[in-house]
Amino acid sequence: MLTLALILFPAVAATLLLLVKGETSRTLAFGAALIELALAAYVFVGFVPDAKTQFAFDYPWIGSLGIRFSAGVDGISLLLVLLTGLLTPFIVLSTFNRSYSRPSVFYALMLYMQAALMGVFTARDGFLFYLFFEAALIPIYFLAAMWGGENRIPVTFKFFVYTIFGSLFMLVALVYLYYQTAPINGAPHSSAITDFYNLKLTPAAQGWVFWAFFIAFAIKMPVFPFHTWQPDTYVESPTPATMLLAGIMLKMGVYGLIRFILPIVPLGVEAWGTTAIILSVIGIVYGSIIAIRQRDMKRLIAYSSFSHVGLMAAGVFSQTETGLQGALVQMLAHGINVVGMFFIADVIFSRTNTRQLDQLGGITRTTPKLTVYFMIMLLGSVALPLTNGFVGEFLLLHGVFTYNHYLGLAAGFTIIFGAVYMLRMFQKSMFGTPSARTESFADLTGSESWVLLPLAFMVFWIGIYPVSFLKVTEPAVVNLMKYIGTTAVSLK
Amino acid sequence: MLPIVLLSAFGILLLFLGFLKSRAVLLPATLLFLLVSLAVNFIDWNKTYLYFNGMLLTDNLSMVFTAIVLGSSFMVVALSSSFMEDEAAQPAEYYGILLFSLVGAIMMIGFENLIMLFVGVEILSVAMYVLTGSDKRNLRSNEAALKYFLMGAFATGIMLFGMALLYGATGSFTLAGIRAYAVNPQVGLSLLFYVGLLMLLIGLLFKVSAAPFHFWTPDVYDGAPTLFTAFMSTVVKTAGFAALLRLLSVSFGGVYTFWWTILAIITALTLVAGNITAVYQNSFKRMMAYSSISHAGYLLIGLAALGQQTKQAIVFYSLAYSVATIAAFGVLLLVARQRNAETITSEGNSSESFDAFNGLARQNPLLGFAMTVSMLSLAGIPLTAGFWGKFYMFSTAVERGQIWLLVVAVLMSAVGIYYYFRVIIAMYFREGATAPIRVAPFYQYVLVVATLLTIGLGIAPGLLEGLF
Repeated sequence: MLTLALILFPAVAATLLLLVKGETSRTLAFGAALIELALAAYVFVGFVPDAKTQFAFDYPWIGSLGIRFSAGVDGISLLLVLLTGLLTPFIVLSTFNRSYSRPSVFYALMLYMQAALMGVFTARDGFLFYLFFEAALIPIYFLAAMWGGENRIPVTFKFFVYTIFGSLFMLVALVYLYYQTAPINGAPHSSAITDFYNLKLTPAAQGWVFWAFFIAFAIKMPVFPFHTWQPDTYVESPTPATMLLAGIMLKMGVYGLIRFILPIVPLGVEAWGTTAIILSVIGIVYGSIIAIRQRDMKRLIAYSSFSHVGLMAAGVFSQTETGLQGALVQMLAHGINVVGMFFIADVIFSRTNTRQLDQLGGITRTTPKLTVYFMIMLLGSVALPLTNGFVGEFLLLHGVFTYNHYLGLAAGFTIIFGAVYMLRMFQKSMFGTPSARTESFADLTGSESWVLLPLAFMVFWIGIYPVSFLKVTEPAVVNLMKYIGTTAVSLK
Repeated sequence: MLPIVLLSAFGILLLFLGFLKSRAVLLPATLLFLLVSLAVNFIDWNKTYLYFNGMLLTDNLSMVFTAIVLGSSFMVVALSSSFMEDEAAQPAEYYGILLFSLVGAIMMIGFENLIMLFVGVEILSVAMYVLTGSDKRNLRSNEAALKYFLMGAFATGIMLFGMALLYGATGSFTLAGIRAYAVNPQVGLSLLFYVGLLMLLIGLLFKVSAAPFHFWTPDVYDGAPTLFTAFMSTVVKTAGFAALLRLLSVSFGGVYTFWWTILAIITALTLVAGNITAVYQNSFKRMMAYSSISHAGYLLIGLAALGQQTKQAIVFYSLAYSVATIAAFGVLLLVARQRNAETITSEGNSSESFDAFNGLARQNPLLGFAMTVSMLSLAGIPLTAGFWGKFYMFSTAVERGQIWLLVVAVLMSAVGIYYYFRVIIAMYFREGATAPIRVAPFYQYVLVVATLLTIGLGIAPGLLEGLF
């Protein structure tokens, strides 16, 4: 039942928010997001670390087809539920110094987005998952296209068509899987994800189902070469929308890989997993190299995000316990870091009206607080030990390295390149001589600090004591690994 | 059967009401008549009757189809208040003809005998020819009516020819008789039978504007007054598909292997022709015409993959499509009337172009929202009824193992998103000189109901199942 509340509460709150006019909607949205965070925290604390689905909710939806509205939280969902709950209030808070036209619609869309994301991460039914996967696109599309930058219309349109196009392949695969399941409870078939796990598909079918899912998720993450929508969309979207996109939405893709591809088509992964890892590793290196050359802060962070998500995908496809654990922790960590980075870029933009690195510089002189927070977020992003990025990336790299030494080595460049482009950005924007634009740069205001303080706290918490997160995911991951092992053997 | 009798009587009554001085009574009267017919339609619920010496059947399926047709007509008529403002128009006649045409539609839905099908198709078509040309002073309306009439008459001829051949082969006009012949032929199926079936199919496919029999659609839809375009693209299509479903599932289920490939190819053609051409339109109304062709394609998937699910799929899809289409045309009516810039170019009326929607949502959030929901539904985005419609259709194809058809359909729905979103982009993200549009309360209710229905069916598609 609690899961249902997680999904429905933001949606209901958003609908009510539409009735409110003016700036009060912002405070109300923040309140609603905090309540949702409390719910998510309650789920996190109340979660018993084992492989079972908890807080489950199950209700017949289309009875004659055996499609059920069933949702619940297991170890794999849990961190993402937490991430969604955690980031949304800070994303809302980050807008307290901005004013957007038609604020109630703006914040309502953000809460709708949150509802859909919660739905994606908790759905236990294939079609329910698909529904939320697509539904999440609509609010983010309107957020980006209504409040975005100059070039927003074609850019967001490309984003929308591209991602929907990918998901349609997933729909085909889901319908196919659905028709392979046995009759259950009087319905002709079943669309429960666990029933998909028990299918014995032929290797040929696994091959194409793998690609149908992979294209959908690869576009969402994005993995090379499906990334072309991403940098432009990130740059053109208003920063809160970019945070939602990079912080939470791209995790839908990684989550999908773990939830669907690995357990449903183990033979497909065996046949094509290496290809997927190679694509991911290309993305890691390619994204990093482009990031090094960027002048625009937002675009730089966008490419860094593209590079980081490649590592997560590679870790998942390595099919090792460490790789999967790493991917889960890194999803949480990356969400926190990237939201922090985009927020800092936005703070700088709001004061100087530019995101071009060569027009910035010398900001540190007047801004002790900003410098410290920027540094913390940055160190998290470059995976310095004792920060959150280190835990995730170390586990991921370990996973990829176990899978294949050379690929592991190539993926390891992410840490070196990451340090290069991140420190370069820090140096160009914060150090050096102040330019005309940065001369009277004011330090963080109260609400801005309140966004960064909890995020910085999370950076260290995950970095210093990751066990509190690893232990909840472990049983589910171990179970999944065991599962993949046995299915793959039984199919041969 | 009662709706048929009532609608005929009401139609005549309406013509007499036209003599009254006050026109204000016509619209409420028509709406009332439709509501009464809709209510009595359900009198025979859960019973199956044969009427008129076994020529017309009512069962739950036919009643559901009838309800969709009557419900759509109700909504279309409710949007017709602008008629009253036009002094020269003859609303009584149009409403009368509309009711008569519904008699034809209901006959197409429940026919048990090919003659009944023919009569139904003719009643519906003749009424449509007239309504298409009802904007008498408009050249394009006249052109559309003439085109529709000539092509339609030709198609009806082919259909009649097919029926005659089928009669020659089977010795029967009844669905049961043809089925008996097809299932258990004495000396193999005769060539007459196959040719007859094909010609009959061509006639009906013309009516639902499937490719390659769709060429009349854009011009007719564009030329006809928008209100009747909405009527045509919902009622005629629903009735046409109900007829095809009956025909193929009752009589020709036994020879599925003969016709499914033909129908599957036509389906693929329709999907490609409708969707690809729609991308290149500059007029919203013409786009909707091609969109209606493409939706005929999606509906045909269910027939080409005839099976357990087809009934459910076609009912759901027709309902989802009708509701969304009516809402879209409802908004178009308002926008076009406000623009009123009757400059007609080779690409249609400029007040009906995509540009006419620029900036609409800013001043008219309700209209923008209604239009957005209906476009999302037509594009098949989840949480709208249209998604489940497509879902049901795709499932039927997978059930029959027609994966290639599914792939075509999926690719084409991606194309569909492109042109449906052009309207949304125009409404929300482009600047335009749209003033607030005054919307009559009743008109608003219709749009709100259509929007809620679309979202409601998108969230709980199970509501409709188990009815038939």
